[in-house]
Amino acid sequence: MARKTPEFNASSMADIAFLLLIFFLVTTTMDVTTGINRKLPPPPDPSVKPPDIKDRNIMKILVSRSDRLMVNGKPTDLKYLKEDVIEFMTPHFPDNENFPEVKEETIDLLGTVYKSRGIISLKNDRGTSYDMYIQVQDKLAQAFTQLRNEFAQKRFGKNYKDLPEAQAKAVAKAIPVPVSEAEPEDIGGNN
Amino acid sequence: MSRFKKKGEKETPEVSTASLPDIIFMLLFFFMVTTVMRETDLLVKINPTSAKEVQKLEKKDLVSFIYVGEPTKSKLGTNTRIQLNDAFATVDDIPEFIAQEREARDEADRKFLTTSLKVDKNTKMGIVSDIKQELRKVGAFKINYSVTEQRDEN
Repeated sequence: MARKTPEFNASSMADIAFLLLIFFLVTTTMDVTTGINRKLPPPPDPSVKPPDIKDRNIMKILVSRSDRLMVNGKPTDLKYLKEDVIEFMTPHFPDNENFPEVKEETIDLLGTVYKSRGIISLKNDRGTSYDMYIQVQDKLAQAFTQLRNEFAQKRFGKNYKDLPEAQAKAVAKAIPVPVSEAEPEDIGGNN
Repeated sequence: MSRFKKKGEKETPEVSTASLPDIIFMLLFFFMVTTVMRETDLLVKINPTSAKEVQKLEKKDLVSFIYVGEPTKSKLGTNTRIQLNDAFATVDDIPEFIAQEREARDEADRKFLTTSLKVDKNTKMGIVSDIKQELRKVGAFKINYSVTEQRDEN
């Protein structure tokens, strides 16, 4: 007579697996770490003098300790910042006194392009809230993304994000992100 | 016609639970793959701020975190504190922390090391600037402001 191997009761397997599942649910995090990537400048070299930059080439953004925004000395609002930056950084040709200088540059894959010499200087107070600082950084990033997208659409018919690496590099060279953060200092008095 | 008729009384067949463990295991593996072990217990409250233009942080093992916020335990006061690893720290501890983080990585990977700042949204920029200055001094130039992604409101 053929012996049957006895089947074992598998119903408790589910409980064991549940236990493991719950253990992992509790001990792990699923937070997707997203963020804004930035590169810090190396510490200033005292022997090298900062380059002289013409006033028309700088857009000075100042965030006060009460989270208010000033662009080139005029109070403004966060919602206008993106458009302002885009307008400022768009190369104006022929030369326009109210906008930064443009220079011609030859870049692989693109040929000769007009590049703005504009620089954005971002300064914040020690009392500025982190939230406001990030919002300003975000607006700047949005502005540059839009500029790059427009440029990439015109040249390659694609968004900057979808470009192959070589083309993306060329676009990034034509439209750099010249944001410079000032050395921190107290500008709003004691805090 | 009655050839196919079964004999005996009809009973509702029991649902086989044999595949249940497999389903649960599948879930388990899903969670094991998509999640990371919680490494540090947060000692500071972090209410992240959100932004639209965010990038995903790749290669999590090459990221060291600096947490800044109010202590979770109210008896420790409401002053903004810095947390490195599992303990409170001051700005002066950052160079040592970065050195340790570098030491723990392969030599080839060290230059890809990113410092992620997880900062509460109500923090003042003063302390963040101090941290950034300290990071600049030790040459940890790659930083990442940890923010959540903002959905479009319109």
